[in-house]
Amino acid sequence: MRRAFPRIWPNVWVRDDEGGRLDMSQRVSLFVTCMVDQLFPKIGLAMVEVLERLGFSIDFPEAQTCCGQPAFNSGYPDEARAVARHFLDVFEASEAIVVPSGSCTAMIIHHFAELFERDPTALARVEQLSERVWEFSQFLTVVAGAEDVGAHLEDVATFHDGCHALRELGIQSAARRLLRHVRGLELREMEPAGECCGFGGTFSVKFAELSGAMARTKIEAIVRTGANIVVSLDPSCLMQIQGVLSRAGLKIRGLHLAEVLASR
Amino acid sequence: MSRNAILDAVRAALGRSEKEPAPDPPPVRLRIPDVSLESRIASMTTSVEALAGRVLRAPTPQHAGRLVRERIANQNAVASNSPYLDECGIRGLPNVHSGITKPDELQKLCAAADVGITGVDYALADTGTLVVLSSPYEARMISLLPPAHLAVMACSRLLTGLDELFTLLPDPAVASSSMVFITGPSRTADIEQILVRGVHGPGEIVVILVG
Amino acid sequence: MAGAFEQKIHETLADTRLQQAVYTATGRLKDSRLAVIAPHVLPDYQELRAHAHLLKRHTVDHLDHYLEKFQRNVESRGGQVVFCNDGAEVSDFVLALAKKRGARLIVKSKSMTTEEVDLNEHLEHHGLESVETDLGEYILQLAHERPYHIVAPALHKTRYDVAEILTRRLNAPHETKIEKQTAIARAVLRQKFLAADIGISGANFLVADSGAVVLVENEGNARLATTLPKIHIVVAGIEKVIPRAQDLAVFLKLLARSATGQLLSVYTSFLSGPRRAGEIDGPDEFYVLLLDNGRTKLLPDSAKRQSLYCIRCGACLNACPVYRKIGGHSFPWVYSGPIGAILTPQFMGVSREPSLPFASSLCGACAEVCPVKIDIPSVLVALRADVHQNEARQKRNRVEKLAFRLFRWLMQHPRAYEWAGRLAASLANSADGGWMRRVPVPLNVGPVRAWLSQRDLPPPPSRSFRQLWRQR
Repeated sequence: MRRAFPRIWPNVWVRDDEGGRLDMSQRVSLFVTCMVDQLFPKIGLAMVEVLERLGFSIDFPEAQTCCGQPAFNSGYPDEARAVARHFLDVFEASEAIVVPSGSCTAMIIHHFAELFERDPTALARVEQLSERVWEFSQFLTVVAGAEDVGAHLEDVATFHDGCHALRELGIQSAARRLLRHVRGLELREMEPAGECCGFGGTFSVKFAELSGAMARTKIEAIVRTGANIVVSLDPSCLMQIQGVLSRAGLKIRGLHLAEVLASR
Repeated sequence: MSRNAILDAVRAALGRSEKEPAPDPPPVRLRIPDVSLESRIASMTTSVEALAGRVLRAPTPQHAGRLVRERIANQNAVASNSPYLDECGIRGLPNVHSGITKPDELQKLCAAADVGITGVDYALADTGTLVVLSSPYEARMISLLPPAHLAVMACSRLLTGLDELFTLLPDPAVASSSMVFITGPSRTADIEQILVRGVHGPGEIVVILVG
Repeated sequence: MAGAFEQKIHETLADTRLQQAVYTATGRLKDSRLAVIAPHVLPDYQELRAHAHLLKRHTVDHLDHYLEKFQRNVESRGGQVVFCNDGAEVSDFVLALAKKRGARLIVKSKSMTTEEVDLNEHLEHHGLESVETDLGEYILQLAHERPYHIVAPALHKTRYDVAEILTRRLNAPHETKIEKQTAIARAVLRQKFLAADIGISGANFLVADSGAVVLVENEGNARLATTLPKIHIVVAGIEKVIPRAQDLAVFLKLLARSATGQLLSVYTSFLSGPRRAGEIDGPDEFYVLLLDNGRTKLLPDSAKRQSLYCIRCGACLNACPVYRKIGGHSFPWVYSGPIGAILTPQFMGVSREPSLPFASSLCGACAEVCPVKIDIPSVLVALRADVHQNEARQKRNRVEKLAFRLFRWLMQHPRAYEWAGRLAASLANSADGGWMRRVPVPLNVGPVRAWLSQRDLPPPPSRSFRQLWRQR
């Protein structure tokens, strides 16, 4: 079995410092993810705004639901497989699929293949499809070749590297390059960088105290930067970080990259 | 008996049969960089000094002998039976015990000594490492028991690093029952991560590079 | 419902001093590693990792072949190899040999494998004195405690703890200066080294082609323990085998850098049997005890087999945001951190500590630093599935299983999924854009309650994305 994207830690199948426009039409499909759909629709709208600004026309396959990651990570591969199959059915016809989540993208392009190890037909579909699935910031920089999307936001921000985007997709500079082109935005790096916010799916509730402790360490790093905004590629990280910021009574906002880039 | 039980369990788990041959392992990976002697000496010096060791240069073996004499002064020293130490005139120094071949006697002397003096088989420049093989000329405990270790070596023995060593010595077991790499003085950070030197092995390392 | 594991986590999280110590110490080790594997310092780091992984994979996939080869070569050089099913066979062997030789005093260098089988306890129980000689391990032996970390065993102890232990157990004068504490231990242990009958060590690598064992250390205690006593016994797991001495050029470049940020540890010993004719010192007798103790159980599953590649560097512990919060003593077994989380269930069975594989956010920091590229997160996920299969057999945790069955059904039926989403949104409070601290009592259960114990919830939006999309 040859997987399309061998999972290397750190993953280097896409170098996110390679720019340039891939040869494709202007139509992209949105996979907004269940979390954005149900909890953070603003992120989806922001993503649409940015993509349309760049000249893409957007397609939203209504039958979409979830990538199956919650079941997969919780140790329910059969359930995850069924949900993954539904994803394949919904998105097979799409030319390019853009996802506002590093963890969901990693689930699709790395873990679907594990789920369908014993099903050669499905595996072929997965390999085919995986080449067309893009995390949002990667899509902008690698596919659209855009670093300046005409955004304007006067503020001080810091960037949180979500674990899946960072380690499974090799995304580190793409989001930063996009943020540096936002007019009026000062970007400060947090120290230490690259540490988990503590979400981890059901981990956040199965080991709530521990998850909270990890989040508070992350918050301390954010506060040390003096930033008013923390930007992430992952709605799940945002939910964790914002939840703890709110509980701590801090006025720092969590924003998805798309929301920042949609700002004018 | 356990040997067969364990090996059978291993084979069953791996789907292998007894006496089934194994394919060749991945090829050996040895990359020897091209580094001049002067660079190697510089590298060795930097590396050893970064570990709080000292490197002294001696143009000739006799000079090395003088350096050793100065360093050990009136201290109690044990030297190995290395012919190179003979060449440097070290074994004949007044406060140096040498020529011992009995382990009990050697242990008593080393336990009481202030300094142990040895030759080396090789040194590795990129890490500041001494490579010493046990032999009739080099006992193991001389570089281990006394609180200070003086190593005297010819520059020609200075290799670039591990890759070159394992190219010259593909199976050290052929030559000796013991090969040890010594990279700096003994150390620990076990208590509160605070560095302490000379825990069990020597706390002081001096390397004399001759030539 | 807090089990012993959750309770220990809770206690550690509440201990601010310990939190600080663990976080700081692992942070230092983490940063030290980064400094020496950086691209301008070790440009072929990723290549070396890949090669080390392949070497381990090949060896473990043909483990019987390499164990037999190792045995042949050890014995050709005058040593003896003894295969041991478990700790009882290890201690039986040591006791029998000690009795035959009239040995009373043993000096031991650091070996997680001997911790696994509580070797010291068994030897002491039979009247032998077996002294740990690694400084941290010695202190822990005096304190009757388990190691806290694979590489830094006494990470959790302050100098004041150490002072108290030395005074209480050795009648030493009260001494809080670390250098002086080290000197006290050194003096005591030196006498042990000089008088010991047997030296017991672990092994970092067993070299099949050479019939040699490789010991990696910083203090010199392993050298002393394996040079001065007349008998040297190595206790090592069967998975420690590597094919050739030349492979050490790869492994040694990775081990110390990954463990402590050193280029090489202070001492690396390559020992192949008893003293040869003409050699002046060294042991007269050399034994290698090859321990199974359940390692063969990790072999059948080709996806989980990689758990045996571990070279015990501890890098995963230092990188793990969970370990850095909960420390080594929260874990149920001698191996802690990410590697402990995958070894423990495989050795002990998942029911020993069923929540252990879930105590991870799957962040992947461990996999990123592992010098032999063990994909720890994927093994954790596989173990989670094993836990659920076990639960299914025992008919436990049915609610969660049902919940995920429901999840599956909803996610395959988009209209039902949408409807469920609208229902959940209508039941929860709206908080005008702010975040919610409370939810209506019927909803404040299970995961919701757990979430709210630590952080606020986002209020459900008045319309989902798909509703907004339809209105465009």
